[in-house]
Amino acid sequence: MAVVASPTSLESAPRIMKLVAECSRSRARAGELRLPHGPVATPVFMPVGTQATMKGITAEQLDALGCRICLGNTYHLGLRPGPELIQKARGLHGFMNWPHNLLTDSGGFQMVSLVSLSEVTEEGVRFRSPYDGDETLLSPERSVEIQNALGSDIIMQLDDVVSSTVTGPRVEEAMYRSIRWLDRCIAAHQRPDKQNLFAIIQGGLDADLRATCLEEMTKRDVPGFAIGGLSGGESKGQFWRMVALSTSRLPKDKPRYLMGVGYATDLVVCVALGCDMFDCVFPTRTARFGSALVPTGNLQLKKKQYEKDFRPIDPECACPTCQKHSRAFLHTLLHSDNTAALHHLTVHNIAYQLRLMSAVRASIVEKRFPDFVRDFMGTMYGDPTLCPSWATEALASVGITLG
Amino acid sequence: MKLSLTKVVNGCRLGKIKNLGKTGDCTMDIPGCLLYTKTGSAPHLTHHTLHKIHGVPAMAQLTLSSLAEHHEVLAEYKEGVGKFIGMPESLLYCSLHDPVSPCPAGYVTNKSVSVWGVGGRVEMTASKFMAIQQALQPDWFQCLSDGEATCDEATSIKRARKSVDRSLLFLDNCLKLQEESEVLQKSMIIGVIEGGDVMEERLRSARETAKRPVGGFLLDGFQGTPTTLETRLHLLSSVTAELPEHKPRLICGVSQPDEVLECIERGVDLFESFFPYQATERGCALTFSFDYQPIPEETLLQQNGTQEEVNYVDQTKKSKTTSCNQEMTSFEINLKEKKYQEDFDPLVRGCRCYCCKNHTRAYLHHLLVTNELLAGVLLMMHNFEHYFGFFQAIREALKSDRLAQLKELIHRQAS
Repeated sequence: MAVVASPTSLESAPRIMKLVAECSRSRARAGELRLPHGPVATPVFMPVGTQATMKGITAEQLDALGCRICLGNTYHLGLRPGPELIQKARGLHGFMNWPHNLLTDSGGFQMVSLVSLSEVTEEGVRFRSPYDGDETLLSPERSVEIQNALGSDIIMQLDDVVSSTVTGPRVEEAMYRSIRWLDRCIAAHQRPDKQNLFAIIQGGLDADLRATCLEEMTKRDVPGFAIGGLSGGESKGQFWRMVALSTSRLPKDKPRYLMGVGYATDLVVCVALGCDMFDCVFPTRTARFGSALVPTGNLQLKKKQYEKDFRPIDPECACPTCQKHSRAFLHTLLHSDNTAALHHLTVHNIAYQLRLMSAVRASIVEKRFPDFVRDFMGTMYGDPTLCPSWATEALASVGITLG
Repeated sequence: MKLSLTKVVNGCRLGKIKNLGKTGDCTMDIPGCLLYTKTGSAPHLTHHTLHKIHGVPAMAQLTLSSLAEHHEVLAEYKEGVGKFIGMPESLLYCSLHDPVSPCPAGYVTNKSVSVWGVGGRVEMTASKFMAIQQALQPDWFQCLSDGEATCDEATSIKRARKSVDRSLLFLDNCLKLQEESEVLQKSMIIGVIEGGDVMEERLRSARETAKRPVGGFLLDGFQGTPTTLETRLHLLSSVTAELPEHKPRLICGVSQPDEVLECIERGVDLFESFFPYQATERGCALTFSFDYQPIPEETLLQQNGTQEEVNYVDQTKKSKTTSCNQEMTSFEINLKEKKYQEDFDPLVRGCRCYCCKNHTRAYLHHLLVTNELLAGVLLMMHNFEHYFGFFQAIREALKSDRLAQLKELIHRQAS
């Protein structure tokens, strides 16, 4: 029996977020998500395992790294292997044998990234499958139906996504349509007790449009909100302003999921701005190109300078890669055709992201988040005052000064 | 190092090699296999996933073809290749070539042998070869040798003779250089038996090599297509008959289950484990049974299953050539086939490996169809474990005098 959202009923949605601590200066929060497959500490970084796999690492390795929530993608899984098969396999959890939480995207983002294959109407998004040429219509109802079959703990509404570089009436059209699609998703959702449907705030880089979207969507009865339509080609100055605007208007007692953000600096700044959840392909993708993430940036391990560097990637890192291997060995292995090289780096980069979030959280709980931010920027940029100006401005806007 | 034989049955040697390794307290079972690696790492596997596999052999095989070009780095590292690759507790054997990727022929001279790395050809004289081994510090290493007598179509007596002469010369040079190297006192040179397909030369190679203070013997040049191995089995028996009992016999390029058994019957002790890797690369899982004393009801089930799969494979085998230039065998199933799309069974029922305990054929099928990296990881974990289990079964069969049954079972599954 679907729950029909009424604009004034704000109390009946499940409260899945418990706030544990708040920074007294900035908008940073530490919390705990209570999800069907276990608790998740926030702020949290969620690695992306698009096609029911975290690239070359096993479910057991991912669990051992401390990951408690990761992403799957409805667009890809909807095509291969398809929702019916996954349902037979006892949902996505059963299919990939992942015991912890899963979040599935609606498939909407592929509209932007694969736009040559799609057409957007009020009905939904018409895709042509790149695998067999078949045409499929991804409507709000169909997206929710697939996600219901996948059984993920958090599901995303289908939103009308436009690239952040697009301007003009299309942005407004997409924003209003996203609200209508949210209502259709809520109506179509068959399992609100088992799966948490999040709304996605749109409105591009237009403050008025975004404010309208916020006002409307927060009237709907959903357990969480995502901030979408950013992390594309927009300038960082515009980016942070839209994030800050969004968090200022989103309810405090519900999680804020900033989609597509994963660079370390961005994560830290956006936590300060009041975001709780993040996802990005960057750490896992860059690993497969031989790049290891470290507190000072990254190491391009295929480069000759690492040929005889017998130190681990990061002496402070407790991940299996850093415990056992040197940069020199990884350099050698990266120049071979043994895929193990990629897996070593994937493990390390995920460990790096999770460790960063853990450290951020601890600093919030221990009431020293602003100091943490200053230390972080100092390590990353040599001096806190050398951090990019957009980040300095964003942090200043929430009361954190760097120099 | 001490090789003690528990028993010898119909030419098959069952025993243990003790007092191995730098600390002298490692043991290896024979017949056995070595862990196949590429550039010092099991294919697709990190330390974490490798150690989830049951029955990993005590000794790993490294290839000079993947490591020779890193000589300088290893020399500067000083602490040996075992530590460099993150396998300090493993016994290490360094072969010249990679059994999976044969190198171009025609580069052996009286003074040097070449291997092919990522960066191209590395030419090695005996001195350079020994300098590289000094940097690697393996427990055992294949001596520099001329393995090209069987490269051409018709192996001439002249070429066979040359391969023996050259290899003996290399061996004597390397032994001399080893005497002068402190670092290599703890490493053992494995003498290489050459001679092509010429019986006289093979016998000469065996007898002469056996006179030298080598730690063991590598039987080179017996690899090839299944038919070529068969024609060489007679040669193999004659060769091993000339070798001392108390030193191990390794063979290169032979890894398929049926061929392994043939060679064990002809006095071979140790094998390379690249067959499970080749199966992995073609998206296949090893499923052949080595349970020669199953419960009666299960026999029927397994037989039916095997027969069905063998028939299927026979029809489609011709079209299964892969990038490894190796056709799929009847010891495996090809998970890319549509029939596995909704198969929620494990790869092999009853298998204890990580993949079979956690995943299904349907999931592997999906990973293969979507080209996901995890497919290789999971298949490698299963295929290695299955293969190591096969060797365990051989040892148990020998112990209980049931090798004939195991052989018959394997033979039934070979096409």
